[in-house]
Amino acid sequence: MKVWQKNLILIALAVLLAALPLWLLPNAEFGGADGQAQEAVQELNPDYEPWFEPILEPASGEIESLLFALQAAIGAGVVGFVLGRITKRPGDGKKNEEAN
Amino acid sequence: MKSCIIDRCIRTCAVLAVLMAALAVGASAMHIAEGYLPVGWAIAWGVVCVPFVAAGLISIRKKIEQAPRAKILLAMCGAFAFVLSALKLPSFNGSCSHPTGVGLGAILFGPVAMSVLGLIVLLFQALLLAHGGLTTLGANTFSMAVAGPIVSWAVYKLLRKAGAPAAVAVFAAAALGDLLTYVVTSVQLALATGDGMLKFLTIFAVTQIPLAIAEGLLTVVVFNVLEKYSKSELQALRVV
Repeated sequence: MKVWQKNLILIALAVLLAALPLWLLPNAEFGGADGQAQEAVQELNPDYEPWFEPILEPASGEIESLLFALQAAIGAGVVGFVLGRITKRPGDGKKNEEAN
Repeated sequence: MKSCIIDRCIRTCAVLAVLMAALAVGASAMHIAEGYLPVGWAIAWGVVCVPFVAAGLISIRKKIEQAPRAKILLAMCGAFAFVLSALKLPSFNGSCSHPTGVGLGAILFGPVAMSVLGLIVLLFQALLLAHGGLTTLGANTFSMAVAGPIVSWAVYKLLRKAGAPAAVAVFAAAALGDLLTYVVTSVQLALATGDGMLKFLTIFAVTQIPLAIAEGLLTVVVFNVLEKYSKSELQALRVV
């Protein structure tokens, strides 16, 4: 099997794994595990006061998703760039130079 | 050139130390929210991470010397962790969490190199996204950038020694490193709270199981491409 075929199957499996919960649990909240942990701390230890606040908090849910999207985009851009470079066929660059 | 890198290492260490002292930065688990670890634990986890990050800076320099063409792969490992830790995915227990993406770098560059890259990712999220936090940076660094990568690296090496195919070893390494990160997070919270181990494990580790599998699959995707096109770099890094 070619590498791209193998990878296509692996990516499809990963997407399926991420999509299945949405389909199987139509009524779930899908809240963040970190938020649940905060609640658990408060439950186990009702007197606990968080002693430090985030210095910068995203102004809204939209801004937060903007920043997360930005993080993923920068990361994906770099990964794509590097994969593009290492998979470039030898001789591609030379051809262009000759053409110029 | 060499002394410039050492300089940079020292400066980075100094900045880190100052940050930790000034902000009483603490532990380093994946995403314990800001202010949710008592000061003592926060500082303790921060201190525990310092040697790993320092060793990571030295190790990165050595690896780059040993395999100069692998520099671009190091950038990609950092970027891979950046992408994966931005993706909050749904899980089968009805809550969300995100993978860590540190397994790939740990396999390629060793566990401590990933301590440095993981710390950068966590700093970005703590400073700009209010995700995780500065006071919990130490604990979050320990779980995601120290413990997780060590497990990934050890699992990969062990499975390869045992004769497992590279893809299988990469999958298991990335998935188990991801999962362990959140087990460590749960333990850190239980230690600090004095109770509730099972509760935190349910919240973090159980949620993480399908995400860990997804991370394993995606890490194999990238590894497959590297194995085909960057074999010489992988050999220089003694990965295959």
